[in-house]
Amino acid sequence: MFDFSILFPSVLNGLTTGAVYALIALGLTLIYGVLHIINFAHGASLMLALYAVYFLKESWGIDPYLALPIVIPGMFALGYGLQRIVINRAGHGKDENILLATLGIAIVMENLALLFFKSDTRNIDTAYSLSTVAIGPAMIAVPKLVAFAGALVVSAALFWIMGRTDLGRAIRAVAKEKEGAKLMGIDVDHVYAMSFGIGLACLGAAACFLLPAYYVNPQVGGGFVLVAFTIVVLGGMGSFVGALVGGFLVGVVESLGGLYLGESLGQIGIFAIFIGVVLFRPEGMFGAKA
Amino acid sequence: MSGTGGISSGGLRHLGGIAVFAVLVASLPLVTKSGVALNFVMMALYATLIAQAWNILGGFGGQFSFGHALFFGTGAYIQAIAQLHGGINAWVALPLAVAGSALVGLFVGSLTFRYGLKGSYFALVTLAFAEVFRIVALSVPFTGGGVGLMVPLRESAGNLQFPSRAGYLWVVLAFVTAALLVTWWLRNGRFGAYLQAVRDNEDAARAVGVNPFRIKLAAIAISGAFMGAAGAFYVQVFQYIDPGIAYGSGTSVEALVAAIVGGMGTLWGPLLGATALHVLSDLTRNLFGELPGINMVIYGVVLVLIVIFLPRGIAGMGLSVRQLWAGKGSRHG
Amino acid sequence: MAEPLLALNGISRSFGGLKAVQNVSLTVNEGSLSALIGPNGAGKTTLFALMSGFLKPDSGTVRFAGQDITGREPHRNALLGMTRTFQIVKPFAAQTVRENIAVGAHLHVRGRSAALQRAEEVAARVGLAAQLDKPASDLTVAGRKRLELARALATQPRLLLLDEVLAGLNPQEIAEMMPVVRGIADGGVTVLMIEHVMQAVMHLAEHVWVLAQGQLIAEGNPAQVTSNDKVVEAYLGHGTAARLRKAAASAGQGVAA
Repeated sequence: MFDFSILFPSVLNGLTTGAVYALIALGLTLIYGVLHIINFAHGASLMLALYAVYFLKESWGIDPYLALPIVIPGMFALGYGLQRIVINRAGHGKDENILLATLGIAIVMENLALLFFKSDTRNIDTAYSLSTVAIGPAMIAVPKLVAFAGALVVSAALFWIMGRTDLGRAIRAVAKEKEGAKLMGIDVDHVYAMSFGIGLACLGAAACFLLPAYYVNPQVGGGFVLVAFTIVVLGGMGSFVGALVGGFLVGVVESLGGLYLGESLGQIGIFAIFIGVVLFRPEGMFGAKA
Repeated sequence: MSGTGGISSGGLRHLGGIAVFAVLVASLPLVTKSGVALNFVMMALYATLIAQAWNILGGFGGQFSFGHALFFGTGAYIQAIAQLHGGINAWVALPLAVAGSALVGLFVGSLTFRYGLKGSYFALVTLAFAEVFRIVALSVPFTGGGVGLMVPLRESAGNLQFPSRAGYLWVVLAFVTAALLVTWWLRNGRFGAYLQAVRDNEDAARAVGVNPFRIKLAAIAISGAFMGAAGAFYVQVFQYIDPGIAYGSGTSVEALVAAIVGGMGTLWGPLLGATALHVLSDLTRNLFGELPGINMVIYGVVLVLIVIFLPRGIAGMGLSVRQLWAGKGSRHG
Repeated sequence: MAEPLLALNGISRSFGGLKAVQNVSLTVNEGSLSALIGPNGAGKTTLFALMSGFLKPDSGTVRFAGQDITGREPHRNALLGMTRTFQIVKPFAAQTVRENIAVGAHLHVRGRSAALQRAEEVAARVGLAAQLDKPASDLTVAGRKRLELARALATQPRLLLLDEVLAGLNPQEIAEMMPVVRGIADGGVTVLMIEHVMQAVMHLAEHVWVLAQGQLIAEGNPAQVTSNDKVVEAYLGHGTAARLRKAAASAGQGVAA
């Protein structure tokens, strides 16, 4: 069972999935790092993005990769709007309220999708859906390879934005010291909304990379939520590097878990990691000790 | 929540209210034979029960669980499995289901509270546990796997299966009344005072002699017990359970939304919230038909609206209105 | 001689590289009213946390009421008779004054009505009788300080650790609070207070410890401590004591300083 020719493809697949997971987690950890809220609607938002990519392909023939410049800004706008209009109002100074608000948003998103799109699972066919590339003994699907590369590119772009632009600096300032940032003239509400928007924009990108190799139905969000949280908690809340490393780790664990325990039980491995990290090392690998 | 001193007029008044409520609702089946009406009341009471269970841990304990279905599903499966595989009578299975759920509560609580999990982390971990149980239930033979379990129809009171909704109504009413009494006790006793102290400021509570771990542990066990009762009740009414119904997020969400809408940490909040939401669902169904998901959309929207505009819920609104009338609505000082 | 009520021996605690408390030893006798003073950041509140169990010391022991309580949980120490208040008050905001105090009373009183009754009595002692039904969030700063004190008092403590109970009060409120503290001590409760308000220290405390940068630099009665060079320098900076003496001497010779 530990045969290299079985392990290697599994690990490779895990890495490709992990890259997309990392992208999803980056958005979540950005939102947490800046706004200090746990965005429960992250999975549902990804689900909406997946539907967007789906309909762009099915109704307008736009290839998912070509849809990037549409979906990313679209998700950004959704995030900006949600934060500015809904989440900002829900605070009342208590973390729990915001958690509940994002839960409410997630419920609304999931069930609106159920209402309008019905519960059928849908996926798309593209010219390259079924092509594979050989890497060693492994046959990796082309969409997965593209997802891997794409996720890394977008992550790099995110790092660049955070490190080299004024917006990124403002975001980091607000994350570190909100009041001080205000005194420096930074519009904190705007930064909050921008951060939330970027967080969801990451999901837009992830959706474009994900759908060719995956599928969508109203319930997929739920599956991604806990995986995303596991990665963020494992990597350390608010840590970008952690989200990347965590993403790859979880991707591989899921793949190997599925290999040895079967699809369903393999999922338990992820939850076990989540519960274990939260209980025994809540700051994760790269996070700051509370 | 303000008392006027001990088990005085305030406390006794509420006890009386609970008694009146119980008697009134219990007499409903004697007054009407309408299956529709009785079913409506029964389901409203069921929704109240799960909200009350959540309220004990969430409203009074301040620990928001997003995975309360964990206890519901455990109670449901124990109830079903005891009858199907153990040949145990439904009435005997009931306390087993309740105890089993309480035990699961103790298990989760001892892990999470020992390591000081609070707030969002606690919410997520409870969700994770519920998911783990759901996956296990899907994969394990004695839960029937994805197909679920069916409790055979053997109508008789001795079997906890009734020909009409009346019998079920009385059973769930008994649970709801018990939960009301427990909630009353939380508001009028030392344990409840300690629990709310831990909720409002854990360090201050520790400084004056409260052991937060033990208090929270007891709260999650009690909360789990009532949730388990609801699960067992569900199995008796619908004679069916599967992993999605047992451990899915639907029940978790219904419980918490009803409790929050009605007013966390209050005696009548869960009843108000559950009834309001139940009426809303019914209205929606009459207006739009059986659209999948429409119910939950409404729940989600209501949750967001309540969090933004009325965080203290319906009962909380009543509280501040009363304060206004009594001229005590002072924000100064 | 009877064993002191509280005895710290070689207590130390660091946070990372920062030595918050270094090798502090002191004893508090039953029935005394004493004070712990020192400049900001000296480690006074940390010391309270170490005494009461909110923090575990890296080394050293804490003995209270004849038992080694080092590292024990705060609630156990409260049961034994040691209750602390907090510098930044921690009321149960959603509850009334009566309910707040009752939580403290419940430590030794099981019944709800008895505890609420006790709460009323304690509230009267600290001057909160008129506000029993107010939500704690509606109180003024002075009111919340009294509430913090009352809640701790309701636990029937043998040793009361008051952390800056006078901070944030105006002169009149301080003047009103001081007799309350005195009254508590007169009633048989041992009181150890962290305080910055010097008039309180001078008038109330029988014995004073001075903490600076985590170390005990002086102790004695208030007069001794405030004329101690090291203490002056801890508050006002190196060399101040000498400068002050020089200024006083030249002023005495009629030359403008």
